[in-house]
Amino acid sequence: MSALVEIENLRVAFRNDEGGYNDAVRGVTLSLGREKLGIVGESGSGKSLTGRALLGVLPPYARISVDKMQFDGIDLKSATPKLRRSLRGGRMGMILQDPKFSLNPVMTIGKQIVEAIRIGDRRISGGDARKKALGILEAVHIREPERVFNLYPHELSGGMGQRVMIGMMVVREPDLLIADEPTSALDVTVRTQVLSILDELVTRRGMGLIFISHDLNLVSKFCDRVIVMYAGRIVESIEASRLSEATHPYTRGLLSCLPQIDGSLEPLPVLNRDASWAGAA
Amino acid sequence: MLSIQHLNVEFSGKLAVRDTGFSVQPGESFGLVGESGSGKSTILRTVMGLNANWNGSITVDGVDVRKAPRKQLAKVVQMVFQDPYSSLHPRYVIGQQIAEPMKINGIANPERRTAELLELIGLGARFQFRFPHELSGGQRQRVAIARALALSPKLLLLDEPTSALDVSIQAEILNLLNRLRKELGLTFVIVSHDLAVISYMCERLMVMRNAQPVETLTREQLRSGAIAEDYTKALIAAA
Ligand SMILES: Nc1ncnc2c1ncn2[C@@H]1O[C@H](COP(=O)(O)OP(=O)(O)OP(=O)(O)O)[C@@H](O)[C@H]1O
Ligand SMILES: Nc1ncnc2c1ncn2[C@@H]1O[C@H](COP(=O)(O)OP(=O)(O)OP(=O)(O)O)[C@@H](O)[C@H]1O
Ligand SMILES: [Mg+2]
Ligand SMILES: [Mg+2]
Repeated sequence: MSALVEIENLRVAFRNDEGGYNDAVRGVTLSLGREKLGIVGESGSGKSLTGRALLGVLPPYARISVDKMQFDGIDLKSATPKLRRSLRGGRMGMILQDPKFSLNPVMTIGKQIVEAIRIGDRRISGGDARKKALGILEAVHIREPERVFNLYPHELSGGMGQRVMIGMMVVREPDLLIADEPTSALDVTVRTQVLSILDELVTRRGMGLIFISHDLNLVSKFCDRVIVMYAGRIVESIEASRLSEATHPYTRGLLSCLPQIDGSLEPLPVLNRDASWAGAA
Repeated sequence: MLSIQHLNVEFSGKLAVRDTGFSVQPGESFGLVGESGSGKSTILRTVMGLNANWNGSITVDGVDVRKAPRKQLAKVVQMVFQDPYSSLHPRYVIGQQIAEPMKINGIANPERRTAELLELIGLGARFQFRFPHELSGGQRQRVAIARALALSPKLLLLDEPTSALDVSIQAEILNLLNRLRKELGLTFVIVSHDLAVISYMCERLMVMRNAQPVETLTREQLRSGAIAEDYTKALIAAA
């Protein structure tokens, strides 16, 4: 099976105060099949930027270079802005880390979901689209969907915002979904239910999922494979179910920092970040 | 330090919090957990005077929040919001945003203290000239924590303070919060979906579902499984 996504040697840099450039992503290479790939790692290590580069939504002043970036055989490096826009509206989707920020603040969320449905199905009637939208809210376990349909983004709780975003992406049934911390604000019971929706898209429709998360337990249970990032690079790539056997000292350090429900109340172990982990630029 | 009694909070005819109360002793750390949408953030925002339509009583450090002037209250209680992107102003560099409340309240040397606070949360003073959109999610979260600490409040309301952080930074922030609590005698209310974080940080916790409390537990009860309600058991089982 050919890969759905292939990225070779991705670099993203931003101008610094001294007039030079700082690399935020430093040579990321990855490939994704129709599977669930988890990305974990240090805050600021370039996880979100990697996802945004693949989708084509980096700020214009970012300096990006990549040897190869393909989506389902389409060369994204040479793709026109128009093609990339149309891919974003259809076959590729991203759930941003700040869900409310990516919703339109002056439109009710019901209207926004209806709009998303109508983009995918231009012939659907207003009534049917509304019914479908309410069905989505129910599917992501929102209480009182009728009431929530008429709320504005700022009137949603943190976890409701995340579920609305997931719902809006799921109706479009994209071939690739990049989900950036999509469930960090969900309680565990609701989270399990919502994740099963994503899982179904992967197993039933063959979607590829890039799942960026800080939750190591969740990633090891939910994903197929995990990539660990540190300082703009991939330091380890491992089968998700074997995350606890990871060997890189950074990954081992992460695993040891986790508080446990019945764990000690002494200060948590912290990492002594070793300069060698960052590796050569 | 904080006492909430018979609190009802309403949004256009619908109760988001129904007859809810708890109190937190000085120096204590109290956890709020439960279903997404059950009213946890709403309780904290109401304490901060950000909701208009409520009844019941809320006192902070013995002062009725309805009667206390905002400026006085701000020196006693500060909140770290769940969504750090919307709580930071997009057009000001973060150094300015941390210094601003100190300037308003006439605190000496706001610039130096801003630099110290940025060091404290592990970003460093060089970050003070960055705009919020130039930071990663976890970096923004840490700025929000620094800003809340700027006025040296006695009570900190922390809404999902570490859910955007990787676990190594989370460990550093939790250690920092615990150290500050001990050294400065702070009181915390912490909302989190992570029961391990709550168990590590809080002496007591309240579980919420559908706008109402389900039960209140001590850390020992949580740890030993001495739990009465099925909903709480389900939360722990899925964790
Ligand atoms: N627009 C920007 N301008 C300048 N620097 C940026 C910009 N966007 C991101 N960065 C920097 O690039 C680095 C990587 O950011 P990114 O958002 O990818 O981190 P992340 O791994 O997603 O972290 P987190 O887990 O905290 O969300 C960070 O150090 C960040 O400060
Ligand atoms: N400004 C508002 N207008 C209307 N409804 C609101 C407003 N703010 C909150 N609500 C509603 O109040 C309820 C409780 O929201 P709240 O943000 O307190 O939940 P939460 O327990 O913090 O959930 P989460 O864990 O998902 O953040 C939700 O149904 C939400 O839609
Ligand atoms: Mg990120
Ligand atoms: Mg909340």
